[in-house]
Amino acid sequence: MTAWLLAKVNGGLVRVFLLLVGLFWLVPTIGLLLSSLRSPTDMSASGWWEVFTQPSQLTWENYRNLLENGDITGSLVNTVLITVPATVLVVAIGSLAGYAFAWMEFPGRDWWFLGVVGLLVVPVQVALIPIAELFGKLGLFGSILGVILFHVGFGLPFAVFLLRNFFAEIPRELLEAARLDGAGELRLFARVVLPLGGPAIASLAIFQFLWVWNDMLVALVFTDADSQPITVALQTQVRQFGNNIDVLAPGAFISMVIPLAVFFVFQRQFVTGVMAGAVK
Amino acid sequence: MTGTRKTVAALFLLPALVLLGALVVYPIGYSVVRSFYDRSGDGFAGFDNYRALFTDDGIRTALKNNVIWVVFAPTVATALGLIFAVLTERVRWGTAFKLVVFMPMAISMLAAGIIFRLVYDQDPDKGVANAVWVGVHDTFAQSSAFPNAHPGRESPLVAQGGGFVTKAPVRTGEAVTLPLVGVAPDQMPDGAAPAAVPKAEPGKITGTTWQDFTRGKGVGTLGAPDPSEQGYSGMRIEAVKDGRVVASAKAAADGTFTLPAAADGAVLRLPASNFQAPYNGLDWLGPSLVTPAIIGSYVWMWAGFAMVLIAAGLAGVPRELLEAARVDGANEWQVFRRVTVPLLAPVLAVVAVTLMINVLKVFDLVFIIAPGSSQDDANVLALELYRKGFSEDQPGVASAIAVFLLLLVIPVMWFNVRRLRREVRR
Repeated sequence: MTAWLLAKVNGGLVRVFLLLVGLFWLVPTIGLLLSSLRSPTDMSASGWWEVFTQPSQLTWENYRNLLENGDITGSLVNTVLITVPATVLVVAIGSLAGYAFAWMEFPGRDWWFLGVVGLLVVPVQVALIPIAELFGKLGLFGSILGVILFHVGFGLPFAVFLLRNFFAEIPRELLEAARLDGAGELRLFARVVLPLGGPAIASLAIFQFLWVWNDMLVALVFTDADSQPITVALQTQVRQFGNNIDVLAPGAFISMVIPLAVFFVFQRQFVTGVMAGAVK
Repeated sequence: MTGTRKTVAALFLLPALVLLGALVVYPIGYSVVRSFYDRSGDGFAGFDNYRALFTDDGIRTALKNNVIWVVFAPTVATALGLIFAVLTERVRWGTAFKLVVFMPMAISMLAAGIIFRLVYDQDPDKGVANAVWVGVHDTFAQSSAFPNAHPGRESPLVAQGGGFVTKAPVRTGEAVTLPLVGVAPDQMPDGAAPAAVPKAEPGKITGTTWQDFTRGKGVGTLGAPDPSEQGYSGMRIEAVKDGRVVASAKAAADGTFTLPAAADGAVLRLPASNFQAPYNGLDWLGPSLVTPAIIGSYVWMWAGFAMVLIAAGLAGVPRELLEAARVDGANEWQVFRRVTVPLLAPVLAVVAVTLMINVLKVFDLVFIIAPGSSQDDANVLALELYRKGFSEDQPGVASAIAVFLLLLVIPVMWFNVRRLRREVRR
C-alpha cells in the first residue's frame, strides 16, 4: 500500500518537474514571438507578458515594416541563394565520392577514406584566415559563390562519411547483378545506389541545409553588404539591441520559420542526421 | 580494364578531393606556417605568436573562459539530457516533451542569441529572467523600501550611515515621533493607513513613524501626525545603545511601534535597509555573470541533443536487467545509479566529448549575447581569433589560436580514425 502510494507521488512529482522544464524551454521562444508582435513603444515600456492582459497590443506592424525593408528581404533571398546550392552540391559531390569509397577498387582506398574522416572535426575557424586570403586573390571575396564553396568544403567530410557508410550496406548481389547486365559505373550509381541511398541522402540534405541556413560566422567573414544572408544582416543591428528590437525580434523569428518547419516535417531524418553527425 | 576503372574512380572522387584539399587541408598547412610569421607575414617570428597565447590579456581571458565553458557546458547539458531521457520514459507525453526540448537545435545561434538577449534584459519589467528572479526574491525577503525618504524641517532625526537616528536618547514612558518626508505616493507600502498619534505607556517606549506631508495639503502640523498623513507601514526601528542594537520593532500600518524597557536611554535608528531602492534583480550580462548566462543559453540549445542521443542509448538497455535489480529490492535511485548509468557510460562519453568539441568553437552566442560593455569579459578563443584576424589585423596571432584549437581536437580526430579503421577492414 505504501509502495503504491509512493509510486503515485513519485509519478506526480516527475510529471510536475517535466511540465516545469517544458515550460522553461518554451518561454524564451514565446517571448521572442510575442515581442515581435508588439510595437517598439510598448516594448520599451514593459515586458512581453503584458499581452496576456492587454491582447490589443498585438500588431503585425513590425513584420510589415520588415518586409518593406530592402536590406532584410534582400538578405533573406541571399540566404536561400547560399543554402540551396551549398546543400545540392554537398549531396551530389558527397554521394559520388561516397560511392567510390564504398564500391570501387583503387589503390589506397581505405587510407583516403580515413583521411577524409580525420577532417570531420577540423574547426571552421582554422580556415577563415587562409581562405579569406585565397578568395581575395581569386576575386571570390564578398561573393555568394565564395560562401557556397566554403560550406561545401566543410560539409564534405561528413557527407562522404555518412554516405559511404550507408552505401556500403547495400547488398553486394544487387550491384553485381547490375554489373553483369553491363551497366557502367555511372548507370549503377544513378539507377541503384542513389535510389537505395534515399534515407541517408535525405538526412544529409536536411542536416547540411540547416547548418548553412543557420550559419553566421562564415558569412560574417566572407560576404559583403550585397551578399550577406539574414543572420549577418541581423547581426549588424545587435549593437543597438534596445533600439532595434522591432527589427531584431521579427527578423529572428522569420529566420527561424524555415528551420523550424524543416525540423517539424522531417524530425526523423533530422534526428538520424544529428546522431550520425555527432562528431561534427 | 583496370586502367579505365581507376580513371572512373578518380573522376568520381575528383570534385570532393579537390574541394577538400583546397578548402580544408590547404588552410591547415597555411595556418601552421602563418602562425610562425609576424604581423605583415614577411618576417619569421618563431614562437612569438604562440607566446602571445599566454601573455596577451585578451587571449588569456578567452582561454580562461574556454576552460569554464569546456568544464561546465558539456557536463550540465549531458546531465540534464540524462535526467530528461530517463524521466520522459515514465510519462505518456514524453515525445511531446522531447520535441520541445530538442527544438532549439534547429534554430540558428544568432536567433538563440537574440532570444536570450531578451530573456536576460536587466530591467525586471522587461527581461523574464529578472522578472522571475525578483519575484522569487521578494517572496522570501519582504522588502519595505522607502527610497528617497528624508527628514523634513525641525526634524528630531539626523542622517547616519544611509539611515537616520534620533538626536537625543529616548526614555521609557515617552511617546516618540519619527517624521520623514519625500516618499512618492505610489511608492508608499500597500497597507499604509492614516498615521496614529502615539500614546505614552509606562515602562515602554512608544512612537509613530510616518510621512509628515500630504500631497495638496502640505505639512499640516509640523512634527505631529495629521489625519490625512500615512504611517510608514513596515518601517524597521532599532534602539541602539553604545553601538549595539538592544531592541527593535516594526511599524504597524498606522506607523505606530512599541519598544520594551531595554531600550531605555538608547537612540532610535531607522536603519539603511529601509531606504534602499527596491531589489532590481541580477545583472545577467554584467562582467561577472555574463559567461554563466551565455552557458545557460548554450545548455538551452544543446541539452536536447544530449537527451535524444541518450534516449536512443536507453532504448537499447535490456529491460530485464532493470527489472532484475528491482526484484532484488533496489529502489529507483539505486537502479538508476548502479545499473542505468553504468550501462549508458559509453553513450554519455560520446555525448560529452561531442559537446566539448562543439564548445571549443562557440562563437555566435558570445558574439550576440554579450553586450559591448562586457564582451571582453565573455571572450572565448573563437571570438578572439575573429577579432585578431579580422578587426585587429594580426593574422599571425589569429593563426596561432587556430592551430591551438586544431591541436585540442586532434585526439578526437585520432579516435574517430581508429574506430573506423576497424570497421573499414571488414
